[in-house]
Amino acid sequence: MAQSKLSPPKTSFFAGLMRNQIFIPIAALLLLTIFNLIADPSFFKITLAQNSNGDPVLNGYLITVIDYGSELAILALGMTLVTAASGGQDISVGAAIAISGSVMLRVLCGSDSRAETLQAPIIVAFLVACAVAMLFGAFNGTLVAFFKIQPMVATLILFTAGRSIAAWINHNELPIVKDVSFSYFGNYFPGVPIPTPFFIALICFAVTWAILKFTTLGLYVQSVGINEKTSRLNGLNPELIKLMTYVFLGVCVAIAGFIKVSRLSTINYSVIAKDIEMDAILAVALGGNALSGGKFNMGSSILGAYVIQYLTTTLYKFKVNADALPAYKAVVVILLVIMSAPVVREKFAQITAKLRAGKSHSTTEAA
Amino acid sequence: MKFKKMIAMTISMAMCAAVFAGCGSSGSDSSGGSTDGGSAGGDLIKVGIINNDPNESGYRTANDKDLKEAFSKENGYDASFAYSLKNDEQITAAQKFIQDEVDYLLLSAADTAGWDTVLKDAQAAGVKVILFDRTIDADESLYEASIVSDMAKEGQTAVDWLKGQGLSEYKVIHLQGVMGSAAQKGRSQALTDTAAAEGWTIVNEQTAEWNAEKAQQIVQSVIDSGESFNVIYAENDDMAKGAVAALDKANISHGVGKDVIVMGFDCNKWALEELLNKNWNYDGQCNPFQSSYIKDIITKLEAGETISEKTIIMEEKGFDAATITQEDVDKYGI
Repeated sequence: MAQSKLSPPKTSFFAGLMRNQIFIPIAALLLLTIFNLIADPSFFKITLAQNSNGDPVLNGYLITVIDYGSELAILALGMTLVTAASGGQDISVGAAIAISGSVMLRVLCGSDSRAETLQAPIIVAFLVACAVAMLFGAFNGTLVAFFKIQPMVATLILFTAGRSIAAWINHNELPIVKDVSFSYFGNYFPGVPIPTPFFIALICFAVTWAILKFTTLGLYVQSVGINEKTSRLNGLNPELIKLMTYVFLGVCVAIAGFIKVSRLSTINYSVIAKDIEMDAILAVALGGNALSGGKFNMGSSILGAYVIQYLTTTLYKFKVNADALPAYKAVVVILLVIMSAPVVREKFAQITAKLRAGKSHSTTEAA
Repeated sequence: MKFKKMIAMTISMAMCAAVFAGCGSSGSDSSGGSTDGGSAGGDLIKVGIINNDPNESGYRTANDKDLKEAFSKENGYDASFAYSLKNDEQITAAQKFIQDEVDYLLLSAADTAGWDTVLKDAQAAGVKVILFDRTIDADESLYEASIVSDMAKEGQTAVDWLKGQGLSEYKVIHLQGVMGSAAQKGRSQALTDTAAAEGWTIVNEQTAEWNAEKAQQIVQSVIDSGESFNVIYAENDDMAKGAVAALDKANISHGVGKDVIVMGFDCNKWALEELLNKNWNYDGQCNPFQSSYIKDIITKLEAGETISEKTIIMEEKGFDAATITQEDVDKYGI
């Protein structure tokens, strides 16, 4: 990446941070925080209250952010790997969530969409949904890895067809799960005041971290993303690694879908997780990862995902019209693209270098 | 370089999208062609039905099912269906049906504008057009009849009911549908007007785009802000459900005789069950069963009669949780 080329021999802490890619989401986070502090500090108030079942739950905007941002963060994990390995994005995750969520409810409800009791244990339903989502991931991955189709184009197939497949799974019905225990996963476990999706997200982060730390997957993914030919010469199998990243994203999709259907104990396949693929891609971009593949920083993507939810929640708080949200996100994207453009970066580096030179010059003069 | 690449990628994506869209419509072409062949022998009435995607909502699913049952071969119809949520795709489908020389074109338009040319083509080809569910901005002479729900009336019925509750003060969260849709306009207008006239407070007015998740987030945001409210006016059942999920989380009681009045629209079966359990207060019907009205008109036209009143407004009810019965749920639930 450009940063290694640009980095001068010795840098101050701040300059180092600026060059680190995690700087972008942190800067965005700070900006939003400062804005909220000035506009209305009550944004940061968290209260302990009871929900209608009499269980203690935490309330407040920040809780909302970590609650609703979790699905996005989980998706960002998979999206980061897919981006890094294949240099493109999967735009079918929203449709895939509709499919895996439908499969899950289909297994839970059986043939009767209004079943009074669960027809199968939740874990079985989840595993089936996982398997289906991995299958669709593998489908995307195969198109990308073996047929060398542009990722966005390859996943456009599922993007177009996914929600119809989801409708077909439940015969166009909207099944409802009546069992309360199913709703715990998208809301709260009785007695635990922190929303469950956040815990699920933490588990996903931990597992992903462990995979990246203790296996060579992370390294392989990056090397395939940076240069496929060289990686092959070094004995890697780029096709297999790309395929694996898509399957991994499939698992993320199944988990995110699980949380989504659990929130309301039902699914509306035409609107569930609508446009979430764009948010997931934005999370990766906001994390400072190159959308053309190669190196990645997982923590940065996760933070990016929560920053997006932070932005959404902030805008909701200030009663910005929900249909205007994409416009605000677009502004963020534009800023990001401009900031990460090599031309701007070089210019920026030149200016800071000049400033520093000027400053040291003046201090020597004063001495 | 990167920018060039990105532009190239976007263009190629757009082109591929176009190709896929092309595939989709050509697929339906071939299926339409096959039904043509089958009908050549009989004297079935040929109808082309253009509808929104049946997966859009429970309403649309019920609507599509009703139409499919009504216009079956057994009932003497040869029906072809085309579905899209996009106006331009619907117009393409309409042109195709006109080429196929259908007798009747039944249309639930995605958007109100842009239909003049294609309807004139239909008229020239002798295809009779009947609008259902949605009106369009076109001259009345271009279609035979329009069977619609009066969304403004639905909204007014609901708002009148709310007024009748005689609350000491009204603090309303207004969850709107996709902005600009007929249902949103009609249902919003009734509330906005009455709120202004009666001095009700609108705590928050937001579009949740018919989406339960978005509704949940919006209501969550109001709860987090600590503002008080006592009415949730959601323009469909899904959004009401999302709102209730947020209320449950914050231990705000809702339903008959509770802190917050919950109102929804569309009369989904599960929503009416919520009414029956007194968790919600009101649900306004949006009648999806137009087929009997359409058939009436076709029979009249076939008999050579003329339709005097072009706009036919369907009968629609509003249900109150205090008076709803299991019978209502079974009969009107969709």
